[in-house]
Amino acid sequence: MPEKPKIAFYWCASCGGCEESVVDLAESILDVAGAVDIVFWPVAMDFKVSDVEAMPDQSILATMINGAIRTSEQEEMARLLRRKSQYIIAYGSCAHLGGIPALANQFSREQILEYVYKQAPSVTNPEGVTPQPRFSDNGHEVTLPEFRNVVRALDQVIEVDYYLPGCAPSPKLLAQAVGALLKGELPPKGSVLAPDVALCDECPRKESKPTEVSFKEFKRPHEVIADPNLCFLAQGLICMGPATRSGCGAACITGNMPCTGCYGPPSRVRDQGAKILSSLCANVAAEDEAEIEKILSTIPDPVGTFYRYSLARSLLRRRVDLK
Amino acid sequence: MENNGKEVRIGVYICHCGLNIAGTIDVKAVCDYAQTLPHVALARTYKYMCSDPGQEMIIADIAEHGLNRIVVAACSPNLHEATFRGALQRAGLNPYYFQMVNIREHGSWVHEDRKAATEKAKDQVRAAVARVQYHKPLERKRFAVDQSVLVVGGGIAGITAALEIANSGKHVYLVEREPSIGGHMAKYDKTFPTLDCAACILTPKMSEVREHPNITLWTYSEVQEVAGHVGKFQVKVRRKPRYIDEELCVGCMECVSACVYKEPKFEDEFNEGLGKRKPIFMPFPQAVPPVVTIDPETCLKFKTGKCKSPCATVCDRKAVDFSQTERIEEIEVGAVIIATGFKTFDATRLPLYGYGIYANVYTSLEVERLVNSSGPTGGEIVCRNGRKPKSIGIIHCVGSRDKKTNRWCSRVCCMYSLKLAHLLREHTGADVYQFYIDMRCPGKGYDEFYERLLDEGIQMIRGRAAEVTDWTMTPEEEGKLVIRVEDTLSAYVRRIPVDMVVLSVGLEPAAGADEVRRMFNISCSKEGFFLEKHPKLAPVETATAGVFIAGCCQGPKDIPDTVAQAGAAAAHAIALLDKGFVEIEPNTAYINPDHCSGCKSCIPLCPYHAISFDEQLKKARIDEALCAGCGTCVAACPSGSIIQNLFEDDQIFSEIDEVLSHV
Repeated sequence: MPEKPKIAFYWCASCGGCEESVVDLAESILDVAGAVDIVFWPVAMDFKVSDVEAMPDQSILATMINGAIRTSEQEEMARLLRRKSQYIIAYGSCAHLGGIPALANQFSREQILEYVYKQAPSVTNPEGVTPQPRFSDNGHEVTLPEFRNVVRALDQVIEVDYYLPGCAPSPKLLAQAVGALLKGELPPKGSVLAPDVALCDECPRKESKPTEVSFKEFKRPHEVIADPNLCFLAQGLICMGPATRSGCGAACITGNMPCTGCYGPPSRVRDQGAKILSSLCANVAAEDEAEIEKILSTIPDPVGTFYRYSLARSLLRRRVDLK
Repeated sequence: MENNGKEVRIGVYICHCGLNIAGTIDVKAVCDYAQTLPHVALARTYKYMCSDPGQEMIIADIAEHGLNRIVVAACSPNLHEATFRGALQRAGLNPYYFQMVNIREHGSWVHEDRKAATEKAKDQVRAAVARVQYHKPLERKRFAVDQSVLVVGGGIAGITAALEIANSGKHVYLVEREPSIGGHMAKYDKTFPTLDCAACILTPKMSEVREHPNITLWTYSEVQEVAGHVGKFQVKVRRKPRYIDEELCVGCMECVSACVYKEPKFEDEFNEGLGKRKPIFMPFPQAVPPVVTIDPETCLKFKTGKCKSPCATVCDRKAVDFSQTERIEEIEVGAVIIATGFKTFDATRLPLYGYGIYANVYTSLEVERLVNSSGPTGGEIVCRNGRKPKSIGIIHCVGSRDKKTNRWCSRVCCMYSLKLAHLLREHTGADVYQFYIDMRCPGKGYDEFYERLLDEGIQMIRGRAAEVTDWTMTPEEEGKLVIRVEDTLSAYVRRIPVDMVVLSVGLEPAAGADEVRRMFNISCSKEGFFLEKHPKLAPVETATAGVFIAGCCQGPKDIPDTVAQAGAAAAHAIALLDKGFVEIEPNTAYINPDHCSGCKSCIPLCPYHAISFDEQLKKARIDEALCAGCGTCVAACPSGSIIQNLFEDDQIFSEIDEVLSHV
């Protein structure tokens, strides 16, 4: 019996949702498990780093890495897996674009540590202890991975062959990707394994969008009871759909929530946030500057709204004055 | 970098522009630097790149050195981009394999530091060299020009333009808002400085319009919607119901006599409200078309439905038609001339002059009607109090040259005030006083006319009148209006009692000018008059190709200037139609249907209405003929599915990268 192709999964700065999405394959996970050997999957199976180090280079067919890169350990693991794998697939929004963790790029490492370990209302830390990369006590040295100053997408650390977008990727896209891998029918290197057209294309509310949409104010989902059939933008709710890849089957829309942009932009767009901003702002119905300000003030968190998943891979990337 | 399998070979040319550039920028250093850039096959400098020898040099180098991209660093592309593209074309190279770098207006003319200016020029050249590699061959497209012209406004400007064009054999649609053409000129009694009878010189032209086989005249009509572009505008004209069949009515006025209102009862717009008219009326005897109009606001048939309508009964041609409704005419024209004229300043905005407060304060336009023999008083000057004035004060610059109202000079008021002074004196023998800031009488025979008026004994008082009041201080002032003024030539404050005050009101953009401007997509200057393409060299063209302007809609002017401008606008329109085609720059945008998600974000943004939604494909589509290449949709497309020729992402980003790679 010929050896089965080897597959690995790894997680970096992530929430665990991507791991869940693998399990979301449901029964078909058995087909996958039957077709491949899963050689490394820390969340589900007990492997050590030394096991990976012992593998010959390029011996893994493909490794799916989810999560953004924040710590020195994540960098090391990403580099190690790169060496051991023929293909690296950035799995999910965080590996693809930086994801939610990358919103931390608006703050410096010191600001974050200060808040999280000292100021947050739920913290009791009278001695003001913060994590240190090295600590020795009684001649014993303990080390922790270093917390880097910025959060990066996977391809800002190692070379990435393919991207599976989404927070989390849909099981359908994963199954398709694994199928393509096993058959060797892969698209050009660097491809995002999802349709290259925006979400409106598959949106069930597409027909309901009027030609002329203009904004007098922007509303947030908790402020209104959204009409379950009308285009969110026509209701004044910010929907990232026009600037976001399709492929999720309009999952959020079906749940009566606007798209937040997790599949990232189509290949032609370099900055998802800037694109949706120029589109929405062009349709702001204001008579003068004061009114523009007033309308835009109804978006309390523009970065978190328009760059929710893509800040690390945007033209902005991070605040420029981070120390 | 390859180009259809061929190596990219760039020629870079740096222009001295005499000392315009070379005086501030080290042209040689820029050239030497360009030589070191990737894919640059050769770099040269020349004293005047735009000259024939400069262009010939490019053409010879293309042949000899196999160049397939050209960069010229010189002046603004506004000036010479077309020149150099022409040179590429003559050399057999696609003219869009070209990029121009502006090192004059953006460089030498705005910098003093030679070293820094030279470094900046290098950055600019490096960016252009990077960009031009991504250029693609493009073709200019040609479209046929529709052989008819729309003229909007039937005053003397519109009439003149329409006749010029019609006489050249082209078809004209002349659209006028009022029931008759003629405009303001039809209201005037005489014209300065020759004192020609205005009607005598205008009405023959009005009749000519009516009878001209090449003119379709639509009065009581307004342009409602404009689409399309130069050479092919689609225009919708709204024809308001006048409840009279224009084809049948011959203007015999039997119906007017028969109206149940035995006496005219309603304010007569043509006579500035000084006279009365019936609900069925003809604005003035020489109206064109010579047909009556029913005003549904005052006609009993419309108001109560209880009129026996003797007007309809008496008309043996059965021209009265109460069932008439609004009609929309749809036409296609190749060019448009806008001649929508002006309105006069509303004198009630300056209450200190008493208009609307004192009965015997008149505007100049009202006086035009008073002195006119077909006016409300048959030419007799009788004040609203029934008396003939023995003394008259004419106040200049009412709503002109005034920071509180309109800052601009209305250009015609000095001259028409002199004319009115002459006519009022002729009609009444009254003493006439003029209150002026200074007399502005430039024009053929104008200053001579001023001198003639001085000889006729008109009193000239230099000073902006402060106030018109009925508060009398002496017995001589009793029953009169007193004009208070600082006489700046004799340096004391005077009180001049008069029987009648005439306010020489200034000219303002016509009512609805802003709507017209939006509809035809043209600009206006800050006071609201339509903006010409260039104040000196393109005075009747606008920023929108194929749309021309003439007369007072562009700014205050007298009849000779208006007629001259109308002729110029007509010549432009005729030239455009005679050429038969328009070429459009290929810097247009297009949508890749495989990429478009049909989100419709772009559709309302297009100022040229070039984007539509294809209901079958559920995708947006750009009509290339309508696209003016502004790039709005390209920037706004949230999924990056709109591409603009000459402004593709690769081209722009490579340019930005190189400009920012400065070390």
